Amino acid sequence: MLSKKIANSELAIMLIFSAVVLTMPIWLAPIGAGYPDLLQKFAIFGLFAIGYNILFGMTGYLSFGHAAFLGVGSYAAVWSFKLLTMNVLPAVLFGVLFSGAFAFLIGYVSLRRSGIYFSILTLAFAQMSYNLAYSVLTPITNGETGLQLTNKDPRIIDSLLSSEPVIGLPSTVLFGIKMSGYSGFYFCAVVLILGFFIALRISRSPFGLVLKGIKSNQTRMKFTGFNTRPYMITAFVISGMYAGLAGSLMAVTDPLAGAERMQWTASGEVVLMTILGGVGTLIGPVLGAGLIKYFENIFSAFNDRALHELFAFLPDGVENLFVTIVSPFVGEGWHLTLGVLFMIIIVFLPGGIIQGIERINNRFFKKSSSAKSDSNES
Amino acid sequence: MNPDNNTVLHIADVHKSFGGLHALSDIDLSVKEGTTHAIIGPNGAGKSTLLNVCIGRLIPDRGAIIFDGEELTGKSPHEINQAGVARVFQTPEIFTELSVLENVIVPILSKKDGSYRFNPMKNLKQRKDAYDEAMHLIEDVGLSPSDPSGSLSRGDKRRLELAMCLSQHPRLLLLDEPTAGMSRHDTNSTIELLKKIKERGMTKVVIEHDMHVVFSLADRISVLAEGRIIADGTPEEVKNSAVVQEAYLGG
Amino acid sequence: MDAIFLQILNGLDKGGAYALIALGLTLAFGTLGIVNFAHGALFMLGAFCAVSIQALLTHSKKVKDESITFFDAYKEQPYLEIWWGDLGTTIIDYAVPISILAAIPIMLLIGLSMERGLIRFFYKRTHAEQILVTFGLAIVIQELIKANFGSNPIPTPAPDVVSGSANIGSALGLSDSIVYPWWRLIYLAFSVIILAAVFAFLQFTTFGMVVRAGMHDRDMVNLLGIDVEKKFTIVFGLAAVVAGLAGVMYAPILPPDYHIGMDFLVLSFVVVVVGGMGSLGGAVAAGFLLGILQSFASMNEVKSLFPGIDQIIIYLVAVVILLVRPRGLMGRKGVMEE
Repeated sequence: MLSKKIANSELAIMLIFSAVVLTMPIWLAPIGAGYPDLLQKFAIFGLFAIGYNILFGMTGYLSFGHAAFLGVGSYAAVWSFKLLTMNVLPAVLFGVLFSGAFAFLIGYVSLRRSGIYFSILTLAFAQMSYNLAYSVLTPITNGETGLQLTNKDPRIIDSLLSSEPVIGLPSTVLFGIKMSGYSGFYFCAVVLILGFFIALRISRSPFGLVLKGIKSNQTRMKFTGFNTRPYMITAFVISGMYAGLAGSLMAVTDPLAGAERMQWTASGEVVLMTILGGVGTLIGPVLGAGLIKYFENIFSAFNDRALHELFAFLPDGVENLFVTIVSPFVGEGWHLTLGVLFMIIIVFLPGGIIQGIERINNRFFKKSSSAKSDSNES
Repeated sequence: MNPDNNTVLHIADVHKSFGGLHALSDIDLSVKEGTTHAIIGPNGAGKSTLLNVCIGRLIPDRGAIIFDGEELTGKSPHEINQAGVARVFQTPEIFTELSVLENVIVPILSKKDGSYRFNPMKNLKQRKDAYDEAMHLIEDVGLSPSDPSGSLSRGDKRRLELAMCLSQHPRLLLLDEPTAGMSRHDTNSTIELLKKIKERGMTKVVIEHDMHVVFSLADRISVLAEGRIIADGTPEEVKNSAVVQEAYLGG
Repeated sequence: MDAIFLQILNGLDKGGAYALIALGLTLAFGTLGIVNFAHGALFMLGAFCAVSIQALLTHSKKVKDESITFFDAYKEQPYLEIWWGDLGTTIIDYAVPISILAAIPIMLLIGLSMERGLIRFFYKRTHAEQILVTFGLAIVIQELIKANFGSNPIPTPAPDVVSGSANIGSALGLSDSIVYPWWRLIYLAFSVIILAAVFAFLQFTTFGMVVRAGMHDRDMVNLLGIDVEKKFTIVFGLAAVVAGLAGVMYAPILPPDYHIGMDFLVLSFVVVVVGGMGSLGGAVAAGFLLGILQSFASMNEVKSLFPGIDQIIIYLVAVVILLVRPRGLMGRKGVMEE
């Protein structure tokens, strides 16, 4: 009983999560993932997936348009760098606000429908945003080139505070600390921990229970006196804000924004992350995001030569055979691996890795059903 | 029929048709405070349509639903529920992914917090009020709180749904065949449960096929056939009515 | 007036492609209840059937180029030309029509194995899971094509005879300025014929009757003791063939590349929704309608009035339709509603 209580206590969960996240540079180093660029991605996409899960995992509404909010967050952040200041706090704030407002607009309309119609409406809106970002909105998005910092940017606040001319392009800062490398990672990590905390609270709140009720039986919710529409809109906006937060962090670590971030395949990726880890669980989406970004990094780096080295211990004929079989899946072919993984997970393990761990747990250490329902939450 | 002071629900001259089919014609019905009003009738008589009109699932073509002096016609389901009307469905509508306890907490939250409240940072465990009430009710209906509701038997699912509705202390409870598909034993225990609620003074409208259930519960019975009320009165009156005999036996 | 006529023509051939894909999507959804995100991939596979047949027919050998005499020059000459001379050249020229014959059995096989190998395990699962697994499959097919054919569009020309343009204007007594590529006219005729054939099949055969009854009420047909599942498998194969043929024929219009399937899929889904989920007639009507609308939106006059409208018109229409008329243009009540 005591161990159960500890496992369920908010403080314990947050302490363990923070410790694991903040020490990532140490424990990920042996598997070659201990460098800032990749660590930043883990944190950023982890946030994206946590937010996506608040919609898809808790309410069951499958959105195919969340990349649009990611894009809006990035654009808003880069504009904040261009117009106001290189400080990252306003950038993040604007990213969240703009994507939240945008999510409200899209959610307000899309949530008039449910099921597959909702999915297609969000997809349609995301494609519209993507197409517009490439064409008419070029003054805002800078079209195909993408939005970048230039020397001519006004940066009003920065120029008020200091008259020193900046040589070259300035970098993003948090009150003097440059947001590149490890400091960039730690900034993202702190935001991730905050984001995780909020998601944890949401899932344990009455509000969260209502969302789960909507997922389980929307008809019953209506006849139980709940006005489900504002609940859905709130959940949609929150998850859109998470996406915007992730988008603005992308701009923080690398101050540019491009329309390709809004493409629907990018929306598909966050769905995959969430499912791979475990839909409706808290830690699952973070896990899924980390794994996908890690393997993307590893797999895309492989080329034929590296493969030959890998299989060098085999006899020549067998070595060549293996290289031929494996090579379509690595390097440029990383997306193939991703697609196959996607299918395998949905066919065999729709509950994702968390479900897999549970199954193993149940098989080897027979546990009571109450312990099982607890692990759903963490 | 003139509604008097202690009328809780007044279905006033309601008419509903689907295409050319008159599902309900000129329905006029008053349900008095604290009574159990049974609606019986052959299949396709319009009983479920009538309940659906009452809870806002269907909008009547004509007429009005007046609950407690307030017009419900055209209001959305959640508003009608918030006004104090709860419904048990023919096939149990519960949250199969949630535990029995959570199933009952949800309607209590709706009663306490209203149709929308944004409290994402509050912990459910701090809602001791809702928790205690739910535990109490679950004990009343004889279920165990930590069971996953999806794996309950059909009878238990119905009992759970009833508990969910009762948890809201509705002024009016609508029950659509509460004992359909139940064993004799389960039926009897459900009757007992419903009698217990009656003692608390809750008004009920019951649709039922099982005459045993009807006559053990109802204070008043309306007989529906082809969308019209053909008889209305106390159980004794209805039992002896020639029209009803004909509709059920002679037809 | 002439410009409008031309725009309608322009929209019709693209609309034909949308209609053919949307028809298959609707068939699969109506009969099997499957939301198939890999349907665009079938269209793409059709197009790459044409590419492969073309590659096969032009399989070449290095031969000495006799036209260059002052040094030893070599050129690639297709085997078919070496063996059969002019006949070989003609066969190569007709690569796309030949591909149609090849594509029918190939696409049928692909369709059937897709249904038996993957889709059938998803009948009882949620629409979200169906969408996700077929989305995964679409990525896999797309990436396999990319690995084999590269990422550049591959030109797949139509036969020489029809490579020119038809002067429709003068044929119809309108302005001479209305000229239109022969192949696109053929595509339009082709899609109308295929659509008519599918509808005739569904309308006039017993098989089609069962399928229509199944789309209407699956349980009822099951109760009658007809083995619907086997029939529906064949319907899925048929849908694959229709999508594949649409793809083969589209290859000369738009040189196929690996993401052509996804591009068409997203639009076709929008078409299905606008037409009304589960309505075959709606899918076809909406396909042509949206094709024409898109073509009007890309007119310069319209673009100057509403900048960017050509990029978003289809999505915009879909959003409006879904909100104003949730069942779509011809959707039946109760299909995919809450």
